[in-house]
This record gives sequence, structure tokens and C-alpha cells, in this order.
Amino acid sequence: MSATNPARHLREVVFVDGVRTPFGKAGEKGIYSDTRADDLVVKCIRELLRRNPSLPAARIDDVAIAATTQTGDQGLTIGRTAALLAGLPKSVPGFAIDRMCAGAMTAVTTTASGIAFGAYDVVIAGGVEHMGNHPMGQGADPNPRFLSERLVDPAALNMGNTAENLHDRFPAITKERSDSYAAASQRKLADAYAGNRIQPDLVPVAAKKPGQGWGLHTADQPPRPETTVEELAGLRTPFRAHGRVTAGNAAGLNDGATAALLASAETAAELELPVRMRLVSFAFAGVEPEVMGIGPVPATEKALKQAGLDIADIGLFEINEAFAVQVLSFLDHFGIVEDDERVNRYGGAIAVGHPLASSGVRLMTQLARQFEEDPTVRYGLTTMCIGLGMGAAVIWENPHHQDYSLRSSTAAAVAGTAGKDLA
Amino acid sequence: MSTADFQSLARRFPDETITHSYVRDVHLPGGATLALLTLDNDLDHSKPTTLGPNTLMELGLALEGLRERAGRGEIDAVAVTGKPYYLVAGADLSAVGSLQDAESGRLMAQLGHEVYGLLNGLDVPTFAFINGAAMGGGLEIALAAHYRTVSTGANGISLPEAFLGLVPGWGGVYRLPRLIGPANAVKVMIENALSNNKMLNGSAAFELGIADALFEPADFLEQSLAWAAKIISGDAQALQTVKERRADKANYDDADWDTAVARGRIFVEAKTSNAAPAPGKLLDLLEQGRDWTQQESAAAEVEALTELMQTPHFRNTVYAFLDLIQRRSKRPAGAPDKKLARPVTKVGIVGAGLMAGQLALLFARQLKVPVVLTDIDQARVDKGVAYVHAEVDKLQARRRLSADAANRTKALVTGSVSKDAFADADFVIEAVFEELTVKKQVFAEVEAVVSPDCILATNTSSLSVTEMAADLQHPERLVGFHFFNPVALMPLLEIVRAPKTDEAVLATAFALAKDLKKTAVLVQDAAAFVVNRVLLRLMGEVSRAFDNGTDARTADEALRPMGLPMTPFTLLAMVGVPVAQHVQESLHAAFGERFHVSANQQRLIDAGKTSLWETAEDGGKHIPQETLDLLQFGNSPVTGEELLRATQDALAEEIGLMLEEGVVAGPEDIDLCMITGAGWPMHLGGITPYLDQVGAAERVNGRKFHPGR
Repeated sequence: MSATNPARHLREVVFVDGVRTPFGKAGEKGIYSDTRADDLVVKCIRELLRRNPSLPAARIDDVAIAATTQTGDQGLTIGRTAALLAGLPKSVPGFAIDRMCAGAMTAVTTTASGIAFGAYDVVIAGGVEHMGNHPMGQGADPNPRFLSERLVDPAALNMGNTAENLHDRFPAITKERSDSYAAASQRKLADAYAGNRIQPDLVPVAAKKPGQGWGLHTADQPPRPETTVEELAGLRTPFRAHGRVTAGNAAGLNDGATAALLASAETAAELELPVRMRLVSFAFAGVEPEVMGIGPVPATEKALKQAGLDIADIGLFEINEAFAVQVLSFLDHFGIVEDDERVNRYGGAIAVGHPLASSGVRLMTQLARQFEEDPTVRYGLTTMCIGLGMGAAVIWENPHHQDYSLRSSTAAAVAGTAGKDLA
Repeated sequence: MSTADFQSLARRFPDETITHSYVRDVHLPGGATLALLTLDNDLDHSKPTTLGPNTLMELGLALEGLRERAGRGEIDAVAVTGKPYYLVAGADLSAVGSLQDAESGRLMAQLGHEVYGLLNGLDVPTFAFINGAAMGGGLEIALAAHYRTVSTGANGISLPEAFLGLVPGWGGVYRLPRLIGPANAVKVMIENALSNNKMLNGSAAFELGIADALFEPADFLEQSLAWAAKIISGDAQALQTVKERRADKANYDDADWDTAVARGRIFVEAKTSNAAPAPGKLLDLLEQGRDWTQQESAAAEVEALTELMQTPHFRNTVYAFLDLIQRRSKRPAGAPDKKLARPVTKVGIVGAGLMAGQLALLFARQLKVPVVLTDIDQARVDKGVAYVHAEVDKLQARRRLSADAANRTKALVTGSVSKDAFADADFVIEAVFEELTVKKQVFAEVEAVVSPDCILATNTSSLSVTEMAADLQHPERLVGFHFFNPVALMPLLEIVRAPKTDEAVLATAFALAKDLKKTAVLVQDAAAFVVNRVLLRLMGEVSRAFDNGTDARTADEALRPMGLPMTPFTLLAMVGVPVAQHVQESLHAAFGERFHVSANQQRLIDAGKTSLWETAEDGGKHIPQETLDLLQFGNSPVTGEELLRATQDALAEEIGLMLEEGVVAGPEDIDLCMITGAGWPMHLGGITPYLDQVGAAERVNGRKFHPGR
């Protein structure tokens, strides 16, 4: 018998569930200033298991957890340590993963690839960043060749600078537009909270602070729902005198964790796990590090091409808001107006925060909930820019849509008939 | 009364490490607001939270504030939890132990009731989330709450008051039996407390019914809050589950109650001879309190605590527990700088008999280094190694060792007929026949093989370490290392310093003792060291009275008021009459008539008798006529009271002499030795506080052992 199976077929990958901790502000005033990063991941993993009681923990084939800084409480192969700390059986392996801001997104695509290949049936993928404990770039030692050979402008290592660079490249994106977008993000998040659209996917976290005792955190700490464009206009531009990027039109420095449950379509059916989204395609792309915020554009084009879809087919966008300018450059490129209701319906990272490696799964969890709310949408996109000049994009299909590929029967997947999008 | 009335008491403890009461509001799913109170001393986990007067004041004031907020409708529930690993470890013993007058004691007892009553009496539901250790007053806080959750990761859940010389008098004695039934309450408060202070873990506490819900530590607080939210919102199923479970756990009638008390009394009598008042007092409260209201019980609890806090038994226990077990045993008096200690990577044991086997098992398990046993022929060596392997198998069967650890331990223990196997050992201990020439011969042979740095140790119980070292090439390397039987159970290790023993050798001996998890006490090389000298002086007094014509039962029961773990004649049989006689003779040789060598004991040995008493089928004991026929008695019998007093005086004299001779650094070391080496009760404070209290020290030595106390 041959070691390679000529009958091997790709399997459909579905997003079963996703949760996250409430996000906190990094630093002493943050709700997690005395809480460990790995403990935040553990809360998410346990919540996933509680919410999906039909999944035997021993069936989890791998646990991929992303963190940008993999030392201290984010070190020691955090996917494995978090699995052990969460009480998963010792037979369940785990690993750590890093693609800076797209860590959790990469954890999803990497393990999804394993599912499609047949190596896994069920996985947990997520991410964490405790930026209070691990300021961005802490302990990094950039190779001097970056500088001496002009491989990367040193300014590109500072994300705020790259956002200013993006304003330079696209003069049509003014500070006013960025501020206006940011205020809208705050407002949309407040509306989502008011509509109870955020809370169902939050894991309550008890955290203790010296001199205060234990408290319970059930909501995000960063949002400023009252933010007005006028207030934003007055903020300092820390990266450049008379610049355009402010704390108000960028994501903050945050602590938080996310985790998602993915499965093959067959396994989801077997274990009676809900199917919230089907993975259609994904892509990563590199751009000049100095304008890393443009990364989602080529990544999205690549993912669309693989799926055989056009941007017009995308009914919902969950784009990470590292900076307002980066979202606007994406929207301008694709000719989408900035208040298009398909874009970031629940607001984005400018309001809720962006604990680097954790954010990808937040986008997916929110897209899944929007799919449920809006069965008229067939395809959605989750995308984000990545430090050092990259972009990531993942396209998902809504199982609630009438034309859902696997609707005819789960047998389609069981029989191994790859959908047209997998071609 | 209100919390503020206790200000005068609290002011007397300006240096108390306060466990603060931090309160934060938690908004629960469903909309309720719960005030979450965290007991936290803001120190790391090595400093347990405790309850002193200032701590209770702060807690009381916090709860009074919450009572007002509840009255205004601002909060819907109150919950108490602790810093990581502790709900709260219990009353601040050093504070409670220092309350010199009855009135202060009474205030302290009342303060607890005042504060816990607030938690119990709130008009909103109250919860305790038992996240970690909850001992004594710590557990009683939880019992005062309306509902409890407990973590599977919690350890150290107990009501140890009876063990300490008190009663669980902050409501525990009233609430626990009503929650988990009288039989289990007696088990927790009496049997566990008096069995080396055995404690419950979270799962066991839940199983007994101490808590209503059990959650895992990873998200214990979150799940406890989620559960509390259900209770607060009136979730019918959750409430019904609690109700049914409590009814099941507290399913008892009056007869069960009385039976539980009676069984408790039998246990206390067997375990302590009722030598200390606390366990009996606890059972009195339980017995009388069967039909009491909580207020009636509280009044009686305050009285009992007030009384017990003034007893020497409680004071002695606090001394034994805090000053000896917790402090002195961790920092042995006279131990050299531990930096001088040399690593021990291989251990040699001369002899392969029963003692050698016990030592080999201990060294292999605790040090995890190769241990080699030697003896004069292969059969003995094989038997010795086989004994250790069989013991390892037993540990594995009892799940005390994993299969891998059992394999590792067995592989570490080997045997040889040649002492050449000691060539690379760092520490060689002998456990051969108790005969000086034999031991000297053994050490001469060992010294011929080992490296110049190898430490030699003797497990002798009665021979002179100095004489044993006399002919060694390196006498500075010999140290006494006296274990107690059974080696695995008895904590004490007497480390004997001979005049030439050097500092590095001594430091290594102490480091080794610590790694072996033994309580080490430094003793000078004097006959029989500490424990055996004190024990045999005592046994000699009793056998002297017996030989002089005192009735056996009177003689053997005379020391009952001391509450020793067994009677002298029972101890004699357990040690073995010939062994006891041998040690007694060597003490007689060293110290003369103070140590009575009993002719009757010799007659028992000669006739092959192993015990004076014989246990009849009905459990009663008697001396068989054929044994009596062997013995000869004088005609100057004494009463039990006279013998007790004579024994107290003899002990005071002997210990006074030992301190004069400098056998140990102070009376505290004698006490620590008697508690950890002979199992003498903590309510005697070991022995010297007791000898002070009964007047023996002043009668015999003209002064107390602890003049300031």
C-alpha cells in the first residue's frame, strides 16, 4: 500500500464558535494589570468547551495560540501550556504561533489547512496579547542590516509612523476623514452593545488588583462611546508634529485573548456542533513595511481570486482598525464608501481595542454573529494589516444563506465533493 | 453591640498584619449587583491571611456598610472570597495566644460572633466562595454565609480548634452539624482535628455538604459568580438542587445526634485520655446545644472560648505550634551556615537489616540518589534490598508513588557484600548491632574504602559517638544521625555533634535532614541524647514504683493526666523489653541510680516474655498469673498521685541536668524532641511548660524552665 493516498480529498472547514475576553487597557489602569496572559487564554478555551458540551475534549486535535511576544506569561509554547492549564486532556497537543497582529488569524488558517488536509478533525485556534506585560517590540533585536542595507526604513518598525506614511501616500485621506471614521466606530460599537450583540461572545473574567480585591469584567474597557469628531480634532499627533494619526483614530494598547473552535464539516455534523461559517479562502500578502496598513488590499485580492469571487460578492466586512487611515485606504481602493453599512457593523478596534495577536478571531466571531443576523448575506471578509508590511484576508460563507454551498446536505462534505470555491 | 465596641481590643494589636476587606461591586448576568468582598493582606502566598482583632474590625465595618447598602437596595447580594490559595487561614494564633486576661479573651470571642453574625444576618443572600485554605475561623466565616461554593483546588479546609486547645466557637460548632449532620461534624471537628490535624480538600468538603457547589480552580470565581447569579435570581432548579442536597446531607434525628456525641467521647478518651479540656468541652457544647437556638449556642461558645483561652493547654499548644513546629524546627538552634554543606550524591548504608532497609527507603525516596546496602553475606544483602523493593511496591499500590517513580526508587537501591561499593559515596551511615566494638570495626573498614571527604554517620541510640570516632583517621567526619522508629513516620532526627565533628560535616547533616523532610535538633554527645534519656527516666520511675510493690494498673495509669500517647508498659512492649533494658543499663552506667534498672524487667527478658500486659478477648488487659509468678515485689507501694508527682520531679531534674550539661541549646529543643520524636502532646508544650505549670521545675530546680512565661 502506498504511503500517499491517491484518493485524498480536501475537506470543508467550518467555524463552530468563537469567544473572547473583554479587552482591557494596557498598563496600570488596565483591568488586567495584575492578570496573566495565559490565564486569559484559559478562560476562553474553557468557555468554548462549556458552550459546546457535545464536543468531548479529547477530540480536540490541536490548540494553536498566537502571541506576538512569546516570553514570560506568553512564553513556554503558550498553546500547549494554555491547553494544560485549561484542563484539556494531556493527549491534546498545542503550539504557539506568531504573525504579529494577524496571529490569531494565522492560527485559524494554519489549523484550518490541517483540517482540510485531514490531519485534524477539531481544533482550537486563538490568540492573546497582554500589551501591558509585553509592550510591542519588547526584547526584539532588529538586524542591523535592515538599516545598513536600507531594507526597511527604521521608521517602519513604529506602527504609528507607517500610518502617517499611509496618509502621505493617499492625500485624499485627510485627518478629518480619519477622525470621522473613528467617531463612527465608537458609535457603532455602542449601538452593538446596546443591541446585546457583543456580550454573548464575551467570557467574564475575574481579576484581582492590589488594594482592591477581586472584580468581574464583563465588558470592554477601552470604548469611549461619547467620542465626538470635535474632541478627536483636538488630540495630539504623537508620531509627527502636525500629523494626522492620534490616539483617537487608532487602536489603543490593549490586553485580551480570543479563541475559536474549528472543525471539518463532517466532524461538526458527527458531534452536532453548530456551523457558524464555512471557510471559503484565505491569503496573506506582503507590502512595503513602511506602509504596512495597505496590506489588506493585496491579501483580499488574492483571497477573492482564489475563491473566484469579486469584491462585490462580499456582503460583510470585518476589517481590523489598527488605524482609521488603513481602513480608509482599503475602502477607497475598492470603491466602498466609508459609511457603507457592510463595513464593521459593530465598530472596530479603534473603539474596542486591539490586543495584537488576539484580534483575528474577534473579527471572525463578530462576522459569524452578523451572518446569523443577516441571512441575505452570502459571503463575508475578515481582513487585517500586519506589522512589517503584510496583510491577511479570510473569506467566509454564511450557512444561513439560501444558496449555502453545503446546504443540500452535509453529505456533500462527507462525500468529499469540494465546493466550487475550493477549486 | 456593634463592631466599634471592640476598638479597645483592636488598639492593643498595633502590629497586626491586617487582612483587609476589599469590596467591589459585581454586575451579574440578569442584572443583579453583588458586593464581592476579598480578604487580602496584600502579601504573597507565603504569608497566609489571618484573623486578628483589627482584621475582624475592618471586616465588621465593611459588612455594616454593606448592610446599609442592602437596606437602600443598592446591592442584591454579598459574597466573601480570598486571595489566591486562601479563603482565610484562621484566627491569628499569636494574637489570640497573647490575650492574657479573661476579659480580652471574651471580647475576642464576641467580636467573631458580632462580625460573622452580620454576614449571616444580612437581608440579601450571602455567599462564601471557598477558593483555598479555610481553617478554623476562616471556615466559620464561610459557614456563616447563606451559600457556599468550593474549589477543587482548595486544600486545608478544617476546624482544627480541638487540636489547638479551643472549640470552633465562632459558630462552627453550631452550624457545621446542622449543615452536614452530627456524625460528619464530629468527624471533622474531633476525629480529623485530633488525627494530626487532618484537613479536607475542596472535593471532600463538597462531598460532606460543607459547600453547595464545586468548581474547578481555572475559573472558580467566574463560575461561582455565575452560580450565585442563578441563586439570586431565584432560578428554581438551582434552588431546588441546593435544598435537596442539604436535606440529604443533614438527614439526622436526635438519636443520631446523641450517638455522634457519644462516639466522639469514645474517640477523645482513646486518643487523649481527656488530658486536655478542649475536645470534651466541644462535645459538651454539641451535646447541650442539640436544641439550642444559634443565639443560645453563641453565648455558650463565648463562655467556652473565654475559659479555654486561659488554660495552660491552649497556651502550651500555641507555644508548641508557633514557636516550636513553625519556627524552631525550621531554623534549628546551633546549625552551622548551610553554605558549608557538601552535596550528597550517593549514600552507603552498612547493614541490611530492618533499620537499614527503612533508612534506604527514606534516602532513596527523598534524596533520589543511589543508595547501596552492605552486609556480611549475599543472603542478608538480598533480603535487605528485597525489603525495600517490597515497600516501594506497597507505596505504588497505595498510589503514593507512580509506576515511573517506583521504578526509579527501586533502581536506586542496590546491595553489595563488599564495602568497595562505598568508594564513591558522600555519606555512609551504619545501622549495625548496637555494640561499640562492632561499630568501630565497621567504620575502620569503611574508612579504608571511602574518599577523605565522605561523611560517616551512626544511627546509634545509646553509644558514645566520641568513642566511636576515637580511632578514625578522620574523626572530624563522624556525626550521630539518630532516627526514630518507624523512620517513615517519626519526624525527629537527633543530630549528634561529637567534640571533633567539623562544621562542614554538621552543616551537611542538617542539609540532609531538611532534604529528608525531618525535624533536626542538634544534640551534644551525651548518653542516649534527648528523647531516650527523657523517656527512660520516666519509664524507670514507673518500673521502680512497680518493683517496689505498686499495683501494676496503678503504676501504669499514674501518668494518665499527662495524656501521653501510650502508657509506660505499653511503650515498653512496643520498644521491646530487651532493647529498653539495654538502653536503661547504659544510662544507669552513665548516670547511676537516677535510671532504675528493673530486676523484674530482666526476669521478663529471661523468661522470654515480650509484654507485661496481655489483652483479653474482651479488650481488657491483665497480667497473666504465670508472668506474675516470675516477678518479685517490695512492700513500699505508692499511690498514682504520688507516682505522677515523683515522675514530674524526676523529669524536671533530668531535663534540668541535661540543660546544665549543654546537651541541647535550650528547653525548647527538649520540647521539640519530645513532640516530634515521642509524639508527646502539644498541650504539654512538649514537656517543660507543663513541668513549670505543675510546679515540678521550681520544686526540684528552684526555678522555672521558662521564667518569663
